[in-house]
Amino acid sequence: MIRGLLRRLGAGGAGPEPAPAARAQGAPEGPDRGLLVFENTSEVIRAQKLLRDAGVQVAVMGPPPEIRKGCDLVVTFPLVEELRVRRLLAAGGGPQPLEVVPVTGPLLTPVDIFQVKDFGTHLMVRAANMKLTVDKSTGVLVNVSGGGCPDVPYLAALLVGRRLDEAPSPREMGHTLCGYALGLAFEELQRRCSPS
Amino acid sequence: MLAVVGTLPDPAAPVFEGPALWTGGALTVAGRPVPTDRGTPALLAAACAACAVLGLPGPHAFLAGDQGLGHGSRALYAHLVDVLPGRDYSTLAFHYLMPDAMWHDKVLFAAQAMRRRPRLVADAGFMYAAKMSGQAPAYDLFTPDAGELAFLADEAAPHPFYTRGFLLHEEGAAPEHVRRAYAGGNAAACLLVKGAVDLVADAGGVLFTVDGPGEEAMEAMGGTGDSVTGLAAALVESGRPVPVAARLAARANRLAGRLARPNPGSAIAELVPHIPAALEAALAEEPGECGP
Repeated sequence: MIRGLLRRLGAGGAGPEPAPAARAQGAPEGPDRGLLVFENTSEVIRAQKLLRDAGVQVAVMGPPPEIRKGCDLVVTFPLVEELRVRRLLAAGGGPQPLEVVPVTGPLLTPVDIFQVKDFGTHLMVRAANMKLTVDKSTGVLVNVSGGGCPDVPYLAALLVGRRLDEAPSPREMGHTLCGYALGLAFEELQRRCSPS
Repeated sequence: MLAVVGTLPDPAAPVFEGPALWTGGALTVAGRPVPTDRGTPALLAAACAACAVLGLPGPHAFLAGDQGLGHGSRALYAHLVDVLPGRDYSTLAFHYLMPDAMWHDKVLFAAQAMRRRPRLVADAGFMYAAKMSGQAPAYDLFTPDAGELAFLADEAAPHPFYTRGFLLHEEGAAPEHVRRAYAGGNAAACLLVKGAVDLVADAGGVLFTVDGPGEEAMEAMGGTGDSVTGLAAALVESGRPVPVAARLAARANRLAGRLARPNPGSAIAELVPHIPAALEAALAEEPGECGP
């Protein structure tokens, strides 16, 4: 994996660029999507796992500005599967959304939670409040930045100095919102660096 | 004396305490080497460097290993409840600790039982606990980032999980979040909001902004927010008014970043050696300052 990783990282000039969050997380693109709005991000994380494990193409994104209910994150899903999604959440004892909203216009379009900055020698992926940086010449993770949750120093100690293809997933090792966001950054960095 | 309370990312580390020393680019606490990658060790290293410039004794550290599950934090809380009432520290800074409202209150009461009330600084997990317990006004300084400020501003949120803006920072909303944090009684007497532009605020609103020098690579570096808090704690300990201490800390941290000429792979330990020169430069800029 590391050769492909370095090959993919070698190209591109410095500067920020948005990451295609929906595609990155395996969700469908296009307008036929709906949003699940939850009261808190713990419910978002549980719903994402439950639906993903059931084979639904979901992605976690930021809420559109028009929606003021709920927390920092929403789950997007193919709108055609709304009934199935509701059944899965109900049957699995999963969290119940505050709202299910079809994406019908720009003001209801969810916000990308990823930002990518290419420093030339290094690539940094920001997912929400957490930033993860890799050395493009070696594939080694060099920095974790952001977040004041109590597991952040531990996760940083696990990641920094290890190659991206050998490091443990923060999603499995973390215990907090910051750990979850760091996991998203890790997966996005892996996606960008994997051979394809 | 300044005392700093926090955790190490080593679950095997027991509760221990002692003087923190930064010598030759390495940090020790009670004679034990402590890696200065980020988190509380980065705060301690910055505070050591600043105390040396300010002519203050180095900080006393209370530490425990914790991987984010709270075991070490709770053991450390219990130790503090035992020992704080008999100690004499003029400034207490709390940092990466598992937020736990019940333990927070016990520790705060123990601090308030000290013969001399220390100035209180909080950041990261312990700052969340201070807000969750409704005791934020008992503190002299909080040092949140924009997301943490959103949590302080959200009077209804019992936990960052429930806050809009904790993960998705809205730096432009900071002045309004400052207003709401004070209106809800969820802010310390002074706030140092760390971001692309640092803000110093009190109940009257934003007092100062610090936006330079900017060093792009510092965005990627872990621990730069921790070093600001360490600088601020040392400057509070020096007796300066808390808002002035906060402004100097923000400025000195940025100057240290400029002097360190970091790249995105640089570690916070590369910035700390530049703190003395940076702090001296920041002090020289300050009206009415005649050196450290």
